[in-house]
Amino acid sequence: MKPTPFDYASPATLAEAVSLLSARDANAMPIAGGQSLMPVLAFRLAAPKLLVDLRRIPGLNRIETNSEGVHLGAMVRWRDIEDDARLDNAHPLLKAAIEHVAHYQIRNRGTIGGSLAHADPAAELPGIAVTCDGIINAAGPNGARTIRAAEFFLGPLSTALKTGEIITGLQLSPWSVARRWGFEEISRRRGDFAITAIGLFYDTDAAGRAANTHIGVIGACRRPHRIAEAEAALNGCAVNDASILAAAKVAATAVDPPEDLHAPARYRRALVETLVERALRQAAARSTRGNT
Amino acid sequence: MTIQFEVNGKAVKVEVEPRTHLADCLRHGLGLTGTHVGCEHGVCGACTVIVNGEAVRSCLMLAVQAEGAKIITVEGLSRDEALSPLQAAFRKHHALQCGFCTPGMITTAHALLTDEPDADIKRIREVLSGNLCRCTGYIPIVEAVMEARAAYRK
Ligand SMILES: Cc1cc2nc3c(=O)[nH]c(=O)nc-3n(C[C@H](O)[C@H](O)[C@H](O)COP(=O)(O)OP(=O)(O)OC[C@H]3O[C@@H](n4cnc5c(N)ncnc54)[C@H](O)[C@@H]3O)c2cc1C
Ligand code: FES
Ligand code: FES
Repeated sequence: MKPTPFDYASPATLAEAVSLLSARDANAMPIAGGQSLMPVLAFRLAAPKLLVDLRRIPGLNRIETNSEGVHLGAMVRWRDIEDDARLDNAHPLLKAAIEHVAHYQIRNRGTIGGSLAHADPAAELPGIAVTCDGIINAAGPNGARTIRAAEFFLGPLSTALKTGEIITGLQLSPWSVARRWGFEEISRRRGDFAITAIGLFYDTDAAGRAANTHIGVIGACRRPHRIAEAEAALNGCAVNDASILAAAKVAATAVDPPEDLHAPARYRRALVETLVERALRQAAARSTRGNT
Repeated sequence: MTIQFEVNGKAVKVEVEPRTHLADCLRHGLGLTGTHVGCEHGVCGACTVIVNGEAVRSCLMLAVQAEGAKIITVEGLSRDEALSPLQAAFRKHHALQCGFCTPGMITTAHALLTDEPDADIKRIREVLSGNLCRCTGYIPIVEAVMEARAAYRK
């Protein structure tokens, strides 16, 4: 179907974009890569009066890696993450997860800001943002603010963004070289949305026991979240067959997966158990020296 | 709105509604019907064109977003009536039957091989997995792309 008619603007500054989006009765939406919004418009699930294109706003397409961690500008595309060799060490979990996002042509246009704002519970980046305690930067009519990823996603396609607010970037805290991590996903086809995916990492204490465990779920949820019960089950344990299987079991009982035409809830729950197990084995098997 | 961009090396100026996607603009506004529209919501890849050197789905891009861009469609890949090496490989390997998916397969493979002439079979399969074909069973398409690599290495 064709979208309903709308006007189009491509402002050259962030301030101008915010003012267009927050004008009274504007009924306006930002457009970044359009890879989620165009289908939404084609199905007429949204009928904005104005689209505000973010493509000309300077500075939003940069990836920065420094002592503060990794900062992804909102207009950074999947392709840019794939091509950035610095991220192999600066954030290997992010890099591995993004390999699963969408198909070749979509990766040339789709952006991280659009993915966060679209808030599909089966999308990889929102899951990584939550798993890694990311901070979302936004600019709006009342200035700039930061929102913790854990509080940003409210449910399927629903976020804490207010009218007129634009995501400007995502901040992920520094990664330590010795950190163990794993990412596992089941989808019908490479590049499709996850039926279920698990991203996780842990550090090890002097005695080699897991500490600071973060386990995040994608797809088997109404919004991406950490699985605190499974994290607690692993923290303080030596990572071996017994503790891996125990944590995976705890994870499967802790999640509340939805049921839809792609998979019944029971299947997604079983996937959580399997994928936590696989991702922990992946993490345990990894050399402590960087991304190998 | 009036927009200007370059298609297959020619500067064009065209009048579109803001809601017109690039595929409709190319087909209806410019008569370039080589670009096919299958699903119109981003899942089939038939509408793939090359924008500033990168393969994109033209049904997922507004024509107004193409202002100033350099676009290559399937029409721009061969000179005159001669088949490009990639097109010739498709013919040789019977990589098309009805031909509906073919423009998207060709533009996608062209973008891939231009960037990565040494792409292995795994990479080719991964990239083409985003394009649907209801006829061939994909194997001949992958074979054709594998063979065409030689022409891109020069
Ligand atoms: C066939 C297909 C398969 C896909 N598979 C996957 C997949 O496996 N995993 C996955 O994660 N994604 C997948 N996607 C979605 C894709 O990754 C999108 O690129 C992404 O979700 C949205 O990014 P975008 O830049 O295209 O945003 P747009 O489509 O431009 O925008 C999406 C929404 O976000 C809003 N928005 C955009 N930018 C901002 C901003 N900076 N601030 C505030 N609001 C903003 C828009 O108003 C809109 O509501 C798929 C898409 C398609 C068509
Ligand atoms: S018509 Fe564009 S992807 Fe199907
Ligand atoms: S040849 Fe018919 S859809 Fe591919």
